[in-house]
Amino acid sequence: MTVPLKRPERKNPMLRTRQLNLPPAARGRVALGITAAAAEGRFELQACEDCAAVQYPPREACHKCLSPRLRWQAQSGEGAMLASTTLHHSNDMYFRERLPWRLGLVHLDTGPTLMVHLHGDVPDAVDAPVRLRVGARIDRAGQAVLIGFPTEGGGDMADDKMLREMTSDPKFRKVLVTDGKTEVGQAIVRALVKAGADIVWVGHAEPWKKTADLDGIGALAQVTLVPLDLTNGRSVVELAGAIGGKVDIVINNAEVHRGFGIAARRGIDVAKAEMDINYFGFLRLAQEFGPALRGRSADGEVGATAWVNLLSVYALSNFPAHGTFSASKSAAHSLAQCLRAEMQPAGIRVINVFPGPIDDEWNQHVPPPKLGAGALANAIVKALRDGVEDVYPGDVAQEWLERWRANPKVLERELAAGGS
Amino acid sequence: MTRRLAYDGVAVAVPVTVPYVRYSTHGAHWFIGQALAELVKASGVRKEQIDGLCLSSFSLAPDTAVGVTQHLGLSPRWLDHIPTGGASGVMSLRRAARAVQAGDADIVACVGADTNHVDSFRQTLGSFSDFARDATYPYGAGGPNSVFAFITANYMRTYGARREDFGRIAVDQRTNALRNPNAMFKKPLTLDEYMAARPISDPIHLFDCVMPCAGAEAFLVMTEARARDLGLAHVRIRGAIERHNAYADDPVMVRGGWLKDRDDLYAQAGVAPAALDFVQTYDDYPVIVMMQFEDLGFCAKGEGPAFVRANDTTFSGSFPNNTSGGQLSAGQAGAAAGFLGMVEAIRQLTGVAGARAVVDAELGLVAGFGMVTYDRCLCTGAVILGKSQ
Amino acid sequence: MENSTMTKSGEPMAAADILGALVGAMAVGRIRVIDLTQTLKPEFPQIALPPEMGQCWPFRVEQVSRYDERGPSWYWNNFSCGEHTGTHFDAPNHWISGRDLPNNAVDTIAVQNFVAPACVIDCSKEAQADPDYLLTVADIEAYEEAHGRIPEGAWFLMRTDWSKRQDPEAYQNFDETGQHTPGPSVEAVRFLIDQRAVLGFGSEAIGTDAGQGYHLRPPYPCHFYMHGAGRYGLQCLCNLDLLPPAGAVLICPPLKIEDGSGSPLRVLALVGTAS
Repeated sequence: MTVPLKRPERKNPMLRTRQLNLPPAARGRVALGITAAAAEGRFELQACEDCAAVQYPPREACHKCLSPRLRWQAQSGEGAMLASTTLHHSNDMYFRERLPWRLGLVHLDTGPTLMVHLHGDVPDAVDAPVRLRVGARIDRAGQAVLIGFPTEGGGDMADDKMLREMTSDPKFRKVLVTDGKTEVGQAIVRALVKAGADIVWVGHAEPWKKTADLDGIGALAQVTLVPLDLTNGRSVVELAGAIGGKVDIVINNAEVHRGFGIAARRGIDVAKAEMDINYFGFLRLAQEFGPALRGRSADGEVGATAWVNLLSVYALSNFPAHGTFSASKSAAHSLAQCLRAEMQPAGIRVINVFPGPIDDEWNQHVPPPKLGAGALANAIVKALRDGVEDVYPGDVAQEWLERWRANPKVLERELAAGGS
Repeated sequence: MTRRLAYDGVAVAVPVTVPYVRYSTHGAHWFIGQALAELVKASGVRKEQIDGLCLSSFSLAPDTAVGVTQHLGLSPRWLDHIPTGGASGVMSLRRAARAVQAGDADIVACVGADTNHVDSFRQTLGSFSDFARDATYPYGAGGPNSVFAFITANYMRTYGARREDFGRIAVDQRTNALRNPNAMFKKPLTLDEYMAARPISDPIHLFDCVMPCAGAEAFLVMTEARARDLGLAHVRIRGAIERHNAYADDPVMVRGGWLKDRDDLYAQAGVAPAALDFVQTYDDYPVIVMMQFEDLGFCAKGEGPAFVRANDTTFSGSFPNNTSGGQLSAGQAGAAAGFLGMVEAIRQLTGVAGARAVVDAELGLVAGFGMVTYDRCLCTGAVILGKSQ
Repeated sequence: MENSTMTKSGEPMAAADILGALVGAMAVGRIRVIDLTQTLKPEFPQIALPPEMGQCWPFRVEQVSRYDERGPSWYWNNFSCGEHTGTHFDAPNHWISGRDLPNNAVDTIAVQNFVAPACVIDCSKEAQADPDYLLTVADIEAYEEAHGRIPEGAWFLMRTDWSKRQDPEAYQNFDETGQHTPGPSVEAVRFLIDQRAVLGFGSEAIGTDAGQGYHLRPPYPCHFYMHGAGRYGLQCLCNLDLLPPAGAVLICPPLKIEDGSGSPLRVLALVGTAS
């Protein structure tokens, strides 16, 4: 059974902070298909459309019938582990630091043989093969790896040392939530406290603007309210100077959201206000908090681990009624991809969340279904726990994603026609 | 079964070893050059007369065999580059023999060589093959150790083999190595030491693993007539087989491609397994040696442990195996390990095996095995060599 | 009108002598320059309108370089703000009531108007007791009783010590019913314009009108009447407690923005000291 994670001891400040070595990061182009699916929480392999043979490792043509028509398909991952081993020696720096390390050789029910990392709750295959379930997770190098999970999980499964390398669990960690003055922000704070975060710094701007009651979350023992105005470079610099060196997870939920396209409102000041927080605010935050986050990604059991961006499904395809907001979220999405590339060598996970319309004042005219603040907050915490990279919470987001993937031009037309 | 063209009229001669060193700052070209120089010196043939070259090396990049021709001043009319590691000795011999039979080349130099820098092993592993990159290396980067740990564990569970059985193979090979001046390991090995050694990737422990080093092994292939003209001691090829990606549907390796083609091998040679005086198996891990005993016809599948317990596999025992000590005791000089058994077999059959000679050896088998890409090795091969009359 | 630029023998002083006397007096500290301006910085609060309205930009500064790889030997910034950010000047065209008046923009106002006498009324105790305090005509009459009639063409500045509120929350003083800052009553504004022909009205808080000015009739009477009469406004002043009730001279030229409705500016007061 997995030993539950205990709150780590205070770090000796005189000791050098351990730097991160990455596990092997190279993957061929076809193999990146596994990473793409794992980024959204799925284990997929190629299956031949002509003869149904499942392929592993990923490849360019069916190993049975040579057909090039290989389609990525979700896998149950069920199979038999024929052999297991505990590695006591590795040529790779990452694994050397984490020995001993358990591996398994699994024969999937669908045919292929896989090498997997083993969850601690999976016993060794000593007298007989062991039934288990294979899943895909993103490792510290930002690439998918396959993991053998027990068929039934215990309560502390998430605390498995190997699995924690693939996730960004907020438990015992210190988190910055950039805007506590919205319903969503407060829901995120509460969800983090519930998930066991040690400290939640909650940012708030323009303290003289009483748009939300901060006393409620301010009273939580784990919460510290901190001034943070993403439009003010100095505010970001000063906060990073004060707490940047201790933040393990940044959740940037600060946003300005107005309901205008191009013609509906003259002047660019509203669009500029949206960009100033949604895009430039993100940029300021990333410049100031990025370096410290990168430097601490291997800092003990609960070091720096993730950066979460609250984007919008409108980032994928412009929602004309909220046209300038959509554009600002597209800009933020693009920048988030840049951030992900810059964070990858440091082993910091960048999680992008694309909700559909949230049930708040700025979506007053948007008919349901709308995503509640609590549901969005839970989706964020789950993404951190599962180590998932791209999250589309809620029915509208899921549906938009499906339509956008099927044919983005068709979606563009549907949205322009006033559909949603 | 169709009988393939025999290897009549082909001679294999001039066994050359460039002594192994643990690390070298030289490139692979240096070891190839040394091997060629020794081939020239020992054969009396001029360098210009070598008109065929077959090369196997993992540390030549960005060069291949072509670059080596200019580097070392050769102008061959037949060239092959076969980076297939442990199977490359057998494979190079098969190709060179056909070239000589067809008259495409008169004297072919077959060389397996690799350098070993301090970080060579890690660099090689990382870019070994597509599938290793995508599906093996990210899992612990244990190299072949974890792959063969799986194969060994599965074999032990399926057929009841114990670590002691594998230990016997390693211990006997060490006995052989003590009489091989070129072997890297100079101290005896007891079964207790083997059993007590630290785990690498269980059930693989320290003495199940080869020691990577730098070095080269080489030989010449020519017509028998030419060999006689040159006054060179030589051996004949009685049969040869090769297979890649055999038994791909086996979820885990329990048998190798030799099983598929061994009947053809013995039919070519016109002998039964019992006629062989020694075997040089490919010994990257003891479990594979045991599989070769089974798949090459010396015992049934699953009887490898019993076979090992019942036999003395030292050079003077009931079933001489890896009389040089094998790479487990001599060292693995990269692709040269694929030539180690071939060069040793030539020495045994031409009477220059010194203190480890197998008495009255007339027929020997050399097996090849190589290219662990993902979860198993892909290449198998075997050659039966016979003493020339 | 009394003209103090006469020599002892009753002859008018030459203009050059007047200016020379001023410079000389400043050199020996008999005339001092007082800064009535809040420092422009990102933390200084700006006026906040309901979210559906267009907003005034706060002051923001982005460093261009600071003796570094972006510019090795120099330091400079780019900044942005609204015309009504920080200590600032309101021109008549800022309000709808002044939109059609001639010379109603910061670049067209006659520059003579940027140097003018100032009267300072002390409502600091009243504002302390009641943040919504409205200046009354009675207050003005009591001021004149003590300090003399307000001259024509002078600034009328309402000292409340509001600028001493360093905390932005206290400075803005919002609650659910809106903003609570002191300002002039409707009657006081009309009196100052109709009866005393003032140049403009100045305050320490974020607007010339009281924070609850929206509820007066007309809404925002200081803006409405002052700008409707072609007069000016000054906001976010400080150090009014260093000025005499009468006799200071204000120097407050706004930036020459084309058709500008106002601008942040440096407000200086020339003040005589006792000899």
